[in-house]
Amino acid sequence: MTTSLFGERVQRLEDPRLLTGNGRYLDDLGRDALAAAFVRSPHAHARIREINVDRALDVPGIVAIYTWEDLPERIGEPLPLLIPHPALTHGRTARPLAKDVVRHVGEPVVMVVARDRYAAEDACDRIEVEYEPLPAVVGIENAVRGEHLVHPDVPGNVGAHLVQEVPSADGRSAAEMIEAAPHRLEFRLDIERSASMPLEGRGVYARWDPDDGSLRVYSSTQTSTSVRMAIAAKLGLPLPKVEVIAPDVGGGFGVKIMHPWPEEVLIPWAARTLGREIKWTEDRREHFISSAHERGQVQYVRVGFDDDGRILGLDVTFLHDHGAYTPYGIIVPIITSTQLLGPYKPGAYRVEFSSVYTNTVIVTPYRGAGRPQGVFCMERTMDRIAAYLGKDRTEVRAANFIQPDEFPYDHRLTFQDGRPLIYDSGNYPEALRMLKELIGWDEFAKERERAAAEGRRIGIGIGCYVEGTGVGPYEGGHVQVTSDGRVHVSTGLTSQGQGHQTAFAQIAATELGVPIERVSVVTGDTRRFGYAVGTFASRAAVMSGNAIALACRKVREKALRIAADALEADPGDLTITDGIVHVKGNPSASIPLSTVAVLANPLRYAFDEEAKRATQFATAASDDKPPVAEGEEPGLEGRDYYSPVRSTFAYGMHAAIVETDPETAEIKVLRYAVVHDCGRLINPMIVDGQIHGGVAQGIGGALYERMVYDEHGQLLNASFMDFLMPYATEVPRVETAHLETPSPLNPLGIKGAGEAGVIPVSAVIASAIEDAEGIPIMKMPISPSELFHLRRTASARVG
Amino acid sequence: MAEGARHAKGSTGVGTETLYDISLTVNGVVREARVPARRLLSDCLRHDLGLTGTHVGCEHGVCGCCTVLLDGEPVRSCLTFAVSVDGHEITTIEGLAAPDGTLSAVQRAFAESHALQCGFCTPGFLCTVTALLNENPAPSDEEILEGISGNLCRCTGYQNIIKAVRRAAELSAEQERDGTGEAAPAATGAAGAPRASGATGGATGE
Repeated sequence: MTTSLFGERVQRLEDPRLLTGNGRYLDDLGRDALAAAFVRSPHAHARIREINVDRALDVPGIVAIYTWEDLPERIGEPLPLLIPHPALTHGRTARPLAKDVVRHVGEPVVMVVARDRYAAEDACDRIEVEYEPLPAVVGIENAVRGEHLVHPDVPGNVGAHLVQEVPSADGRSAAEMIEAAPHRLEFRLDIERSASMPLEGRGVYARWDPDDGSLRVYSSTQTSTSVRMAIAAKLGLPLPKVEVIAPDVGGGFGVKIMHPWPEEVLIPWAARTLGREIKWTEDRREHFISSAHERGQVQYVRVGFDDDGRILGLDVTFLHDHGAYTPYGIIVPIITSTQLLGPYKPGAYRVEFSSVYTNTVIVTPYRGAGRPQGVFCMERTMDRIAAYLGKDRTEVRAANFIQPDEFPYDHRLTFQDGRPLIYDSGNYPEALRMLKELIGWDEFAKERERAAAEGRRIGIGIGCYVEGTGVGPYEGGHVQVTSDGRVHVSTGLTSQGQGHQTAFAQIAATELGVPIERVSVVTGDTRRFGYAVGTFASRAAVMSGNAIALACRKVREKALRIAADALEADPGDLTITDGIVHVKGNPSASIPLSTVAVLANPLRYAFDEEAKRATQFATAASDDKPPVAEGEEPGLEGRDYYSPVRSTFAYGMHAAIVETDPETAEIKVLRYAVVHDCGRLINPMIVDGQIHGGVAQGIGGALYERMVYDEHGQLLNASFMDFLMPYATEVPRVETAHLETPSPLNPLGIKGAGEAGVIPVSAVIASAIEDAEGIPIMKMPISPSELFHLRRTASARVG
Repeated sequence: MAEGARHAKGSTGVGTETLYDISLTVNGVVREARVPARRLLSDCLRHDLGLTGTHVGCEHGVCGCCTVLLDGEPVRSCLTFAVSVDGHEITTIEGLAAPDGTLSAVQRAFAESHALQCGFCTPGFLCTVTALLNENPAPSDEEILEGISGNLCRCTGYQNIIKAVRRAAELSAEQERDGTGEAAPAATGAAGAPRASGATGGATGE
């Protein structure tokens, strides 16, 4: 049997370690390292008048205190703008420590290094910073009004402005199509900030080796390779002298793809400067006020449609709040503006956005990365059209679907990777059919009547999305079979709980025909693999999964070639089963992969019994050929890369049934159903887990989580006491069904799944509440008290 | 205790802190540490004793990552001062498996049910669930939900954690039935023994 583990519910290889306390997260490392802590701005916008550190100097255990003035030029200059874009005409980034002006509460001002964190925080408490408060810009509309400026040289607080327009097939603009449409609607939608909020915050630990002149940095990051390049550039070190390792990471969800964070530059720099190991572990309040948020947008929609609900023209203008700086560019609003279209094909489309500065924490991708907002916009539009025409909401969606025979489907837009937005494959009508069956859509009317008879109010909602996954430019994989028969796989991208060690081992075991127990996988360690992009955009399985498969195929080919020589057989007649190369149909003519690995590496020295077989007097190598043939390399290993022409597009459809309390307006999700298509599944157990977790975050974003800033730019709920993340009691059971439409773009036929679960949830819950209440839901998240007020306003209007 | 002796105050109001010698039984082993009064139990376990399996997610007692068993009862180690547990018994994630490394029923159930992703909240859940099942070996769905409702997980959506608790109850019952029971007592033993010898005078409600 060829051990095909691809597609099996294999238990995770990570778990034995993580279940016994043997995980190694950032703060578990460097027990003897010095600790860093930061004095952060208590003001949203202020001029720094003076910093007095005198009273901190005699705190026992203090080692060093740094302000901006203490930093060398290259360290003190503004951090890089990672993803420049022509539309980002006024990009601004922060310095690692503030110089002169702070622009959000939480911006780092002073770094303290001390014996331990207690001492470092004691010192921080005693540092006096005198600020001259400046007017704070808070809220998207205040930003656009431009009365006060976040950056004096950014007029109107507008960092970026972008328009994309796709005319109809006969060349008419969206505006013309809307004007000419039989029906038109116009409305505004609002969506608020939330955040990734991994349970492990960020953290950096740096070790400088003075003898070797090298630096080893551990960071709780989603991209160790790029952090490495940033550190080498900032510190002026040769790249080979810097290694960056992402250890076990306690969740990322996007916030840890941002880099280099100020601390990722300052901690390594201080470690080198002081010649000491230094560690900084973010605490929860720091995470709230100094790491990234996402989601905040205001959207204005104009839509024209026909009697069937088919969209003839769609015009969306939205404002995106990107916070105080733009280190990650405008990826989030670009994704909103393009992925908004979902599984639909409007006759003509125009989208325009302005991305604006506010005196709040920066905005960088959080799981879904702009898609939840786009889907909220499109799905609310679908529901408005259905309500206007008195049609079933699923019928209106079906009327707008791209059909299975229309793939590849070109939206004629530019996607976040700078490439054309072309969907590769999918079957949207089938997914809708499955979803309706799973949730019982057609029977719901009766269910509602029954509930109403009991005095209960229930509603059903739906949301569809398409997600561009597996964005390039590339990932790589390296596979080595050692003479003990073990298979060592490495890839440069990182892991934050996605089960990569398992999924990638399944791929390698399947490709090579070895038992999975013999496969070990290393991710996010630049010592093992230096070229990578990172783990974001639901790309890890697609990118590294395919790269590892390709690398395995190289290894397999080489193994068969060597084994064919040894067995005097044709490579085409050989296969590998359970780690043994043998002639197909004749298991006795065989050679273990471990031996092939020995033969692949001609040796002079016999350091053990196994090695003896590969030495110069043991092999029967011919005298007139070099021991390593031309074009060959020693060892049984292979390296390959996967670089796609463009993204592959996964999709899904969700439905929920909610109950709203007629008295208290409490909102309860009774059922939640997901139909999901991410192509071929590597490990269905892991994919389901990703979906469950995504939906839970979506429920948080729809009903509980928001960043509450006051008009002065103070974040009022910067703790888990006040920022309401769902517990088990708030999350419904998720019922899932899968379609598997393979991607034609990659060898394994897979699409990404990491972000999927979260994307449509706000749209789905809004749809369901609206259905239960008969009141338009135009703002998310929604709390019971907001629903209560909506009811009052609605009844006052009727009355 | 020790009021007025906490800080040897210098002219600037800071100085060397008074250190206290404490002795805890952690996972069945007597451990000693010298800590200032403000040292959190979570920091003591992680940084003084090197038991980094206990995680710190919020340091304000909400997320539950730092949950350990104090004389068998789940407590937030980030809200507990190390000096206050002098003489008591602590069980952490490192002490849940049997001495021979056999995973406890709860640990096995979490692996089988895919009840963890990044693993950061897992130590808190394992301790919480271990205590829950010690108290109530066959909890209803309602009781499971209640039992884990003080722990945050950002990865799993809880569905598989709930499944794992049910499965752990099953596994424990099977062990009980088969009379093997070599894995479960790692949890019950560690949690049960201190109740008899604990300093709280047996006020455990059992």
